Amino acid sequence: MTDVLTIKNLHVEGRPPGGDYVPIVKGVSLNVRKGEVLALIGESGSGKSTISLAAMGFARPGCRISRGEVWLNGRDIMALPPHDRHALRGDEVSYVAQSAAASFNPALRIGRQVIEAPLWHGAGDAATLTAAAVELYRKLDLPSPETVGEKFPHQVSGGQLQRLMAAMAMSCGPDLLILDEPTTALDVTTQIEVLKAFRDIIRDQGTAAIYVTHDLAVVAQVADRILVLKNGETVEEGPTNQILHAPRHDYTRTLMAAVRPAPHLVDHIDPAAAQAPVISVRNVTAGYGALTILSDVSVDVPAASVVGVIGESGCGKSTLARVVAGLTPLREGTVILDGKPAAPAVRDRPRAALKDCQIVFQMADTALNPRQRIGDILGRPLDFYQGLKGRERAERVAELLELVDLPRGFASRFPGELSGGQKQRVNLARALAADPKVILCDEVTSALDTVVAAGVIELLKSLKDKLGVAYMFISHDLSTVASFADEVVVLYAGRVVEKGPSKAVFSPPFHPYTKLLLSSVPEMRQGWLDGVADTSEARAASAASVVIGGTGCPFANRCALAISGTCDTTAPAVRDLPGDLQIACHLPVAELPVS
Amino acid sequence: MSDVSDHGAPRASVFAGLRLTWTAGLAGAILLFWLVLALFGPWIAPHGEAEIISGTTFAPIGEGGLLGTDKLGRDVFSRLIYGVRTTMLLALITTLISFAFGVTLGFAAAILKGWFDVVISRIVEAFMAFPSTLLALVVIGAFGTSITVLVLTVGLVLSTGVFRVSRALGYDIGVMDFVEAARARGEGTWWILTREILPNSMAPLIAEFGLRFTFSILFLSGLSFLGLGVQEPAADWGLMVQENVGGLFLGSSAALIPAACIASLTVSMNLLVDWFQQRQQGETVLEKIDQ
Ligand SMILES: Nc1ncnc2c1ncn2[C@@H]1O[C@H](COP(=O)(O)OP(=O)(O)OP(=O)(O)O)[C@@H](O)[C@H]1O
Ligand code: SF4
Ligand SMILES: [Mg+2]
Repeated sequence: MTDVLTIKNLHVEGRPPGGDYVPIVKGVSLNVRKGEVLALIGESGSGKSTISLAAMGFARPGCRISRGEVWLNGRDIMALPPHDRHALRGDEVSYVAQSAAASFNPALRIGRQVIEAPLWHGAGDAATLTAAAVELYRKLDLPSPETVGEKFPHQVSGGQLQRLMAAMAMSCGPDLLILDEPTTALDVTTQIEVLKAFRDIIRDQGTAAIYVTHDLAVVAQVADRILVLKNGETVEEGPTNQILHAPRHDYTRTLMAAVRPAPHLVDHIDPAAAQAPVISVRNVTAGYGALTILSDVSVDVPAASVVGVIGESGCGKSTLARVVAGLTPLREGTVILDGKPAAPAVRDRPRAALKDCQIVFQMADTALNPRQRIGDILGRPLDFYQGLKGRERAERVAELLELVDLPRGFASRFPGELSGGQKQRVNLARALAADPKVILCDEVTSALDTVVAAGVIELLKSLKDKLGVAYMFISHDLSTVASFADEVVVLYAGRVVEKGPSKAVFSPPFHPYTKLLLSSVPEMRQGWLDGVADTSEARAASAASVVIGGTGCPFANRCALAISGTCDTTAPAVRDLPGDLQIACHLPVAELPVS
Repeated sequence: MSDVSDHGAPRASVFAGLRLTWTAGLAGAILLFWLVLALFGPWIAPHGEAEIISGTTFAPIGEGGLLGTDKLGRDVFSRLIYGVRTTMLLALITTLISFAFGVTLGFAAAILKGWFDVVISRIVEAFMAFPSTLLALVVIGAFGTSITVLVLTVGLVLSTGVFRVSRALGYDIGVMDFVEAARARGEGTWWILTREILPNSMAPLIAEFGLRFTFSILFLSGLSFLGLGVQEPAADWGLMVQENVGGLFLGSSAALIPAACIASLTVSMNLLVDWFQQRQQGETVLEKIDQ
């Protein structure tokens, strides 16, 4: 028996609030052999996580495994008493969740938490287990493996924490490792180090693994076999190569088609044709309390165009949007909206200025008041800015819903009754209700899966053509920005490091940081990861993390090309390059990285 | 557009939606029973509130009245029925007062922040530093024992706890994206408070109301027991315990019965609140199922 895990005809049911049990997983069978990685892919709601939990004999609260067998190491674990089943977890199976931060106790040192499970299972005493853990840290390529266990969770970066989470999962030497979207919440740059660490350790220990994700490019790097799911049913199963290159089922093809296009390929309108800016951010410095996040940032958004803002998490992208909207008042500089300087704080701005510039937040789940009906959510800006009431208002709400491809009937629903993609459409419709000149989109597609996100981008494009709105499109997803934005601003540690027409930014010469971002976007090619993770850039970049407010070039601590003595002491000036490109770097143009 | 397909969320009937546990059902029934007695008491009670029906004081159960007589020979059963009215009404009014003050100030502090928050929070903390009974004793001692003073004092003392809860809720909800969206739209404080924050804090506030109501019953009964609350000849459960405590040594249950009633009321209320909170949490867990 070489199968570590065999699931036969699994049925899981869940009960929505106040309702009856409805099937979530409908008769899925799968098996994972020793040393093999099986990827489960599918849109959100397809039951990926539910199946991976069932592999541990576990169902989320409100769910139950209604039928089927789960064989682990030759035992049917559904037949075991709950106590024995519990004992398996952490020992024979372990689980890595999407957000490592939520799985660590912030008050305890990391090392203690890593050895907690083996200690509990009686695998040895604290000293030997700690020594084994240090060995794991080393294998996972963590910086200073001897001392990292002494740190508290907040003292390491997100990518490092995710790798430590893997160490925690591996500490018992499990036979089966379940990874549930372990890199989805990470930046592309961090994703590489984590992916590589996971893959190496799985190979090294010969562990069987289930890898849950919706990102096909990631799957191409780690999986041996792929199982495609839709609505709780198996669509197709096969070796990675076959699924990626010769999918048999239509649905798999849809998934492949929604994969983001490669960044470099898209061409855009001539920036010279662009008109006067609707938003002009001039030399803005801003922050929270004593903390300065943005320093000396200048960005223009021409009317009816798309300006993409990219950068890793924590670089100040959201802060920029909040400063423009007046939610975080700026300290120095000016924000000019439609030719008129705007007051720093939102409460000092006249309604007309507010109306012209709307903001759409990242998380559609929290951006809509759960206690208001969609009709009221969309109706309020109509009333507030245009004084529409009664029938007129209801009519306009219906029009707005149609504009974002939603049925009119949704007006009477509550946000909780909508899917993630639908909520994001309502979120957009609310911004459109004000009839704005420009919309600040803060990561509007980041929480959505690829197919749904592609739909939202299409919608944004068509709205731009129809209504002539401009967007400041904030995202850490480079491919989306590259295929959508006319101009791109690259932020790093609160400063603009590169800026220009999208084509110029995404073609050489690059700023070293832009180069890093670009080369980190996973490609659908198998074996891509091995090539990219071994470059000197990737090594330098994973050695440190973003530091805001240092002297010199903010990227100096992670830059493979840094000129010591210059880069770490003097901040580089912004230089104009041919083709409207601006780059802030000390390197002579000829030495800037080319692809 | 694959995500636009319309799945109507299942809606169940009101009763199926309630999903009562048996403890919650029992507690609800007890509360309903007391409520009915409170509303229709005067028509149900066999005797008057202060009417002396027998020469024997502390008559045992079955003799004199249905539940015996008290220290003056009044009917314990009738006084109990009149008492539920006083007890529940006073508890309701004090809880309402504490919510009026606590919620308004708590949310105002959370939204306005700055010096307003600091000043109010420090004042409330100063009040909370005193044991609540002691505080009430001092105030009632200073202003005399009238129902108005009693109700206002207890209401204010209880409002400190409500303030803390509302302020915390206000802070939590105030940083959610939909509130930020309202701020970015240019909405005023009043709109944000009444339309965005308040509707989303209803569930925890209802639970808090139940708990404060219970606490208020105990607190008022305690004050009545100390002779600072409701005054004779009016009937109040706490007062009845105090009046008849001497009878305990004579084998009379006249003090135990109202005490048991207080217990039944507060325990039921607590059970109901527990159920409500569990249900609310259950809902949020269940909403995540189809992710
Ligand atoms: N309210 C706040 N108070 C203090 N610091 C904050 C606050 N909000 C954000 N920050 C800090 O400001 C920095 C920039 O945050 P910001 O949200 O702008 O980043 P971002 O580029 O949008 O990141 P992400 O891609 O993760 O959304 C971070 O270091 C963050 O910790
Ligand atoms: S200025 Fe120096 S450290 Fe900064 S990006 Fe350029 S070479 Fe790297
Ligand atoms: Mg952000």
